[in-house]
Amino acid sequence: MKRMFSVKTIVATGIGAALFFVLGRFVAIPSPVPNTNISIQYGLLAFIAGVFGPIAGALAGLIGHFFIDFSYGWGVWWSWVIASAVFGCFMGLVMFRLKIDEGEFGLKGIIIFNIGQVVAHLVAWVVVAPVLDILMYQEPANKVFLQGLTGAGINIVTTAVVGTLVCIAYSKAIPKKGSLTEED
Amino acid sequence: MNDVIVEFKNLGFQYRAQASPTLYDINLKIRKGEKVLIAGPSGCGKSTMASLMNGLIPFSYKGKITGSMLIGGKESRDMSLFDISHVVGTVLQDSDAQFVGMTVAEDLAFALENDCVEQEQMKDRVHEVARILDLDKVLRHAPSELSGGQKQRVSVGGVMASDVSLFLFDEPLANLDPKTGKSAIELIDKLQKSTGAAVVIIEHRLEDVLHRHVDRVVLMSEGRIVSDTTPDELLSASTLSVCGVREPLYLTALKYSKVPVTAAMHPASLPDLVLSEDDKAKVRAFYTENKGKEKAALGQELLRVEDLSFTYEKTNKKTLNDISVSINKGEMVAIVGTNGAGKSTFSKVICGMEKEDCGRIIFNGQDFTALSIKERAEHVGYVMQNPNQMISKVMIFDEVAFGLRLRGVPEDEVRERVEKALKVCGLYKMRKWPISALSYGQKKRVTICSILVLEPELMILDEPTAGQDYRNYTRIMEFLKSLNAQGITIVMITHDMHLMLEYADRSIVFSDGRIIADKSCAQVLTDREIVDRASLKETSLYQLAGDCGILDGTGFVQSFIDYERKERDIHE
Amino acid sequence: MNNLFNYIEKQSPIHGLTGATKLVCLLLWSFAAMTTYDTRLLLFLAVFSIILFPVGKIRVRDVSFMLWFTLVFLALNTVMVYVFSPRHGCDLYGSTTLLFGLSGHFAPTAEQLFYQFNYILKYFATIPFVLLFVCTTNPSEFAASLNKIGVSYSISYSVALALRYIPDIQKQYHEISQASQARGVELSKKASLISRLKSASAILIPLILSSMDRIDIISNAMELRCFGKNKKRTWYMAQKFKALDYISIIVCVLILAVSIALSFINGSRFYNPFH
Repeated sequence: MKRMFSVKTIVATGIGAALFFVLGRFVAIPSPVPNTNISIQYGLLAFIAGVFGPIAGALAGLIGHFFIDFSYGWGVWWSWVIASAVFGCFMGLVMFRLKIDEGEFGLKGIIIFNIGQVVAHLVAWVVVAPVLDILMYQEPANKVFLQGLTGAGINIVTTAVVGTLVCIAYSKAIPKKGSLTEED
Repeated sequence: MNDVIVEFKNLGFQYRAQASPTLYDINLKIRKGEKVLIAGPSGCGKSTMASLMNGLIPFSYKGKITGSMLIGGKESRDMSLFDISHVVGTVLQDSDAQFVGMTVAEDLAFALENDCVEQEQMKDRVHEVARILDLDKVLRHAPSELSGGQKQRVSVGGVMASDVSLFLFDEPLANLDPKTGKSAIELIDKLQKSTGAAVVIIEHRLEDVLHRHVDRVVLMSEGRIVSDTTPDELLSASTLSVCGVREPLYLTALKYSKVPVTAAMHPASLPDLVLSEDDKAKVRAFYTENKGKEKAALGQELLRVEDLSFTYEKTNKKTLNDISVSINKGEMVAIVGTNGAGKSTFSKVICGMEKEDCGRIIFNGQDFTALSIKERAEHVGYVMQNPNQMISKVMIFDEVAFGLRLRGVPEDEVRERVEKALKVCGLYKMRKWPISALSYGQKKRVTICSILVLEPELMILDEPTAGQDYRNYTRIMEFLKSLNAQGITIVMITHDMHLMLEYADRSIVFSDGRIIADKSCAQVLTDREIVDRASLKETSLYQLAGDCGILDGTGFVQSFIDYERKERDIHE
Repeated sequence: MNNLFNYIEKQSPIHGLTGATKLVCLLLWSFAAMTTYDTRLLLFLAVFSIILFPVGKIRVRDVSFMLWFTLVFLALNTVMVYVFSPRHGCDLYGSTTLLFGLSGHFAPTAEQLFYQFNYILKYFATIPFVLLFVCTTNPSEFAASLNKIGVSYSISYSVALALRYIPDIQKQYHEISQASQARGVELSKKASLISRLKSASAILIPLILSSMDRIDIISNAMELRCFGKNKKRTWYMAQKFKALDYISIIVCVLILAVSIALSFINGSRFYNPFH
């Protein structure tokens, strides 16, 4: 590729952001805590980053999260938007050596994916988001760290289930040459 | 020889991931001002030909090219994708994916923007193209506000804007209803005449494309060109049926009547078709021989809908208006009508996916409105158009078992029922395969199977054969017919007139949220007013009947249908 | 019209500004409001942005839905700040003034109340401006604007594509979800969390896999129409800068300058009435 992004990466970024937005904005899974919903978009973002790389992951998270904030009109919380981008970027880096798009996602892949996503979520929500919150908005530290920890916890669980299942399904959906035999 | 735009010289191609070549030894020239149809069944290599012409091979799809391919006199492998796209403009099959702009105007301007055309000039060009294509009133509309035909015109416009010398249409009829398809063919004809550019159409629906004159038909089969001749020559030879491409219906009727078809009769176009008095007498004889057998008595009532209305929440538009209809046990019914006429909404309301404003739904004598979406699914199964939108498991067995497992059915019963359903669907031997190893038609079968396993009495299928070639179409429909024979009532939402004629007992016609007709397919397809309101086309059989002096055109169509079904049953 | 974000088409001086101007102003404004905790500036920003609403011909009921969300979110956050850090204000302002003769961990202090007043004010300094931006900027112009302010056109087009395909994906999600519900997939509260997540995946997998096909087709369609051919591209929806555009940007630059200057004058980002 002579350019930094191929057209496919650009399209994947756009569609990834659109998916992130739709899942984050309109898909609500009731959580055990009353009046709160669980977001499943980070499973998707981890997947997009894993297939299309860290730049697509970061930008899809950035654009998608920006649009979610934007459509609610509650102002754009740059600290959290940036944290989403950091998560996408980190997952892209972790998954770069796994070749999901060539149909490889075995036990090793599942382990790397999940260790990666746990670390990435902790970095994004327990380090990046709260620190930026304190720097930008001067919020109390214990409040933002607790928010970050809760967010990271929920996101880790959702990504572990949703992200892993999506990655497995995708890697299996890639046709591999092999001998399939009919059984009676 | 600079009037040759595209030339294939002993060209062969093999995709990187595939074990054998897709194209062998292709020789073909497309000249300026020519209009060529490339036809053939799925997998014959016609789409690969298209990708070679527009440069997606080798730029997007990798593989090994042998021989040579010239575009505008230059060897294509020395050109960039952008050089090629200034010569060859492609209108893709999926007009939603080709529509990348946020509004019509932006999409028309897309290629110009990429060529850094100045804004003033760009606006002039966009308005000019929009005027030609009758899009000037919708320039500021988003794709969701357009009809399928309009979206396709935008795709054409987006290509027109950059002055290409060859227009390549990849399955232009695949997503259109018959009436819109007819105007698309007329538009392509007009486009070619006014620009003088060459046109290549890739399509397997011969009769529809031949609605307007075509210079040559290139017929492909298994990676080779098997015939390259005028439509008249092709239709009088027997190569078509060998390749699995469907001939025009009026020619089938002539064959049933034992009328020999020759090129001199101009079989490519019904208005130009020359029939001798002797030929006409044969057609009339066929009609009288097969006329009007009594219909079998109707079964018991299965579904009754009374005064059903539905308003779409977001737009406040009443999409169903006082619908009353009844469907009997063991029937195979077609629901037809334009997009947005209420066909899909009707099915969704029956299945409980949308909640009606008022009205009654009675299923098997039981009030259906009290049941949840999940409970209704055990009586009425709904199969979406695109199987890829329904498949969520990796293995065939798990996919079919999914609905039962979610209902908490014990695992040994699951096994038993799934295996039974797999056997019915002819998938039992593949039960341990991953779904990704299946073809589109087989995937469709899996989705039908995964609905069937819940043992519904009625199945609603949305466009069961959309985008399928004749061979796949026949396989899917014969499968549905066999299910129907086992007692499952089948409702098909469709635009396909062949499907109606060949397989449906009855058509229910929707228009603007109301039912405007509920009668036999022969009656619907020969009624000019209904045909027009439902965006269908009058069947060519009707016209043939007129040409042969048969007054009861509807009766002729009915006898054709009866004859064909009888023939098919004998063959089984 | 693409009306995902509540764009309201009207003729007004604010609608007349180019998208690029509004975007630059939004960024400058947000940055100014983010930097400062100076009560006077925050008050000024809040009042100023509310004045801009009639200028942009946007009525309260046009934005009432979004406003509602915001207020709930704000109330929640305010309560949380108090619960977690009832003395955060005292740390920030360096003094403790107990009120109403109460004492203990949760006893109100003047500093805490003042801090929370500023916290709420900060919302009011930014949110009306964002709402105004949302209502007066044509999404079609958004991508062109990003490119104009220096974002590469590749990224700008990713943004445009996201806006273009959100409605399609939303519709597709809805359809897939209905079909899976008929098969028995439930997202309600009855099931356990893990099984709910598994159900969600049953909807997500077909959605994502068909999106992957979509990505392929769209990128082919774009390349066939020369996307990426040149280092630059022009935009059909781009608009020319007018006098008002320059004035608006200058005003916002000044606001940011004031905000930064105040931090130096005050010696901190806070305006401290307690010293």
